[in-house]
Amino acid sequence: MNSAIDHFLADGPAQLLPARELMAFTLGSHILLVPFGVALPAITLLMHYRGLRKGDAVALLLARRWSAVMAVQFAIGIVTGTVLSFELGLLWPGMMGRWGDVFGLGFGVEAWAFFLEAILIAIYLYGWRRLKPWTHFWLGLPLPLAALMGAFGIVAANSWMNTPRGFTLDGSGNPVDVDVRRAIFTPMFGPEYWHFVVGVVLTAGYVVAGVYAVGWLRGRRDRYHRLGFTVPFSVAAILTPVQFMLGDSIARSVFHKQPVKFAATEIVWKTDTHVPEYMFGRLHPDGTISGGIKIPQLDSILAGFSPDTKVTGLSSVPAGDRPTATQATIAHWAFDIMVTIGSLLLLLALWYGWCWLRRRDLPRSPWFFRCAALAGGACLLTVECGWITTEVGRQPWIVYQNMRVAEAVTDTRASTLWTMLGLVVVLYVLVFGSFLTVLLKMSRRWRLADEGAVTAAATGDVEGDTPYGPRPLSTTGGRDGGGA
Amino acid sequence: MTEDAVAWVLLAVVAAYACAGGTDYGAGFWDLFAGGAERGKRPRWLIDHAMEPVWETNNVWLIFVLVIMWTGFPVLFQTVFTAMWLPLALAAVGLVLRGAGFALRKPTQRLAGRRVYGAVFAVSSLLTPFFLGAAVGGLATGRVAPGTEASADAWSNGTSVIAGLLTVAATAFLGAVFLTADARRFDAADLVGYFRLRAWCSLGALAVLAVVGLVVTREDARHVHDGLTSGIGLTLVLVAVVSALATAGLLYRSATGWARITAVGSVALVVVAWGLAQRPYLIPTSLTVSEAAGATTTLRWLLLVTAIAVVLVGPPLVLLYRLDTAGALQPLTEADLRRTAAGREPEDP
Repeated sequence: MNSAIDHFLADGPAQLLPARELMAFTLGSHILLVPFGVALPAITLLMHYRGLRKGDAVALLLARRWSAVMAVQFAIGIVTGTVLSFELGLLWPGMMGRWGDVFGLGFGVEAWAFFLEAILIAIYLYGWRRLKPWTHFWLGLPLPLAALMGAFGIVAANSWMNTPRGFTLDGSGNPVDVDVRRAIFTPMFGPEYWHFVVGVVLTAGYVVAGVYAVGWLRGRRDRYHRLGFTVPFSVAAILTPVQFMLGDSIARSVFHKQPVKFAATEIVWKTDTHVPEYMFGRLHPDGTISGGIKIPQLDSILAGFSPDTKVTGLSSVPAGDRPTATQATIAHWAFDIMVTIGSLLLLLALWYGWCWLRRRDLPRSPWFFRCAALAGGACLLTVECGWITTEVGRQPWIVYQNMRVAEAVTDTRASTLWTMLGLVVVLYVLVFGSFLTVLLKMSRRWRLADEGAVTAAATGDVEGDTPYGPRPLSTTGGRDGGGA
Repeated sequence: MTEDAVAWVLLAVVAAYACAGGTDYGAGFWDLFAGGAERGKRPRWLIDHAMEPVWETNNVWLIFVLVIMWTGFPVLFQTVFTAMWLPLALAAVGLVLRGAGFALRKPTQRLAGRRVYGAVFAVSSLLTPFFLGAAVGGLATGRVAPGTEASADAWSNGTSVIAGLLTVAATAFLGAVFLTADARRFDAADLVGYFRLRAWCSLGALAVLAVVGLVVTREDARHVHDGLTSGIGLTLVLVAVVSALATAGLLYRSATGWARITAVGSVALVVVAWGLAQRPYLIPTSLTVSEAAGATTTLRWLLLVTAIAVVLVGPPLVLLYRLDTAGALQPLTEADLRRTAAGREPEDP
């Protein structure tokens, strides 16, 4: 068998692989909802503001529908997120037991921010009908701030795992003299945080716009689709060049603060100057690279703006302290896919900006809308890739240079973990499948309603909103004009 | 002492989760026993409307419990999650099923789909609190100590089972009391009597389980048993009993607003009494608060973060519950989402 895979399996106890897979699967699933949890409220509030400010009924209808989607999405996000905090204990008790008091405070901030978000989102989602329109809007406005605060906590914890500090080790290797401020504001925190925030906003923007791009391509060219496309797409298009700069800067921070991870993402084997850049390609355990496109000198230039820049290679650290060739290749591919998609999105944003500047109108080419429809999915892919890059690139460390993943893992038997993984995969496939089905059905219902096909049915179906019975007396007085 | 203050915060948050999350699980419990689609239509309608705006907030308390555990008492967190692996893993699975079931039931329009999601929601509303309660009960017995590996013995003993059942009964009690109040709020006169009866029954079940629990824990969980049957622990338990009886009386007189307060009070007091009975241990009798405490600087910061959070989160939380009880929070209806506005005509034909 492939020696890289043997090594992958041999570098820890038997339960390491299933624990890793379980964490990767649950986190990888949850992460797809994160952009919407953080950024959809902001985009919805923007549309809501437009609706109230200009008395625009179409904008208000869009904001209401987006908040109906948010209700389901936020609930699924909460449950998959809660699972993750259980898994920190169920899968990595060693890490939490030793380091919990060093880096846990970020999670403390996150928990409160998240609580605030749950409260505000409940008021916002259920306030449409009975609150005064502007009161409702203002009560929703702190939502994006709470979301940014929550992201602060989570990213602080993750960046600490990448560049841990804020403690000293005593004789037996336990952390003492904890300095909370240094532990939260670690060197990778700033770059990771801004890259994350801009990334999730533009992902949510492209995904929402993509829905209306599809409608546009299918010939539904009304103001509703134009508005539903333009607002989120503009937000995303403005942020795309910003993200491009931030992405470049975070790569350089990794070069300075985590040189071995940088070596893995760029598959650099020997420490050297004039290092070439490989687009894709595959690293072998002996340091050779097959496939891919080689661009001479470029890696050194990108890392330090000069071909003389010295780039640390993977072979500079012992084999046991660095990602394996397979892991490096995974991180490298994830990184390259992310960069490639980011560059294509930049072109798409420029196309849009050019048309807007010239004609104050959307591009006319159907190819633009085809690309825009794909942009959302591509963005979700980059979210996954970014996370894979940072997590796989850190191997074999769970706390960089302080604790290996193998030391943190639970003692629970591998067979139990494999069973749990199977159960969770089935469960998540069902939950996410149902979630998508529900969203598609909602959108289909709305479309049919808009096309007037079911107007009669809608009037006859006043109970459509209440699952099991008539609406309460207090709400049947036709007071459903809230927000409009 | 800082670690004692953090331990108090942890206890307060556990009590808050027991009350808020408990009410929520209780609603699911009654959803499960509401009968078939036709017979259970009215109670389920009420449960849906009562839970909708607040269920997410009610369940976020659990995340605080976990965060305060691992930040304030990392060794406790490691020990609990190692020794109680299976019940906690099952509780996590239950949380997913429950949340997803409830969230997906509402926007689903076909009855068959709703039944499936509803059943998933209701069954996991029963199992999740049972496993969480069983884990806590197992800790009280002293079968778990730092370094204990996962074993069925830690949570499949008499005390654990009784603690799990007590948790379920307490959630049913809270749920029924709150739903009685909600039935009045939503002018559903028939459901007031329906849920009041269930509140009384669950109180009876709680009493029986509590007596059984006293007998079982006498040998099995000596430290906690002694703490609950003497001194301040006993006082709090007695106040809780009075409070629970008062709830039953208030329900009879249809003072549902006050009944909610006394019901929450009785559950919170029992949790606090249990916490006090464990003193000075976090895990009787192997891990004390001071042994489990994390770095002092972190604990101070944790208290600071908690204080800031109380200031920031408190007012919105009060606002949410006020708006909810005032009936200002209602879900968007299909009609709201369908209202077709001007401007839907194709713009370039």
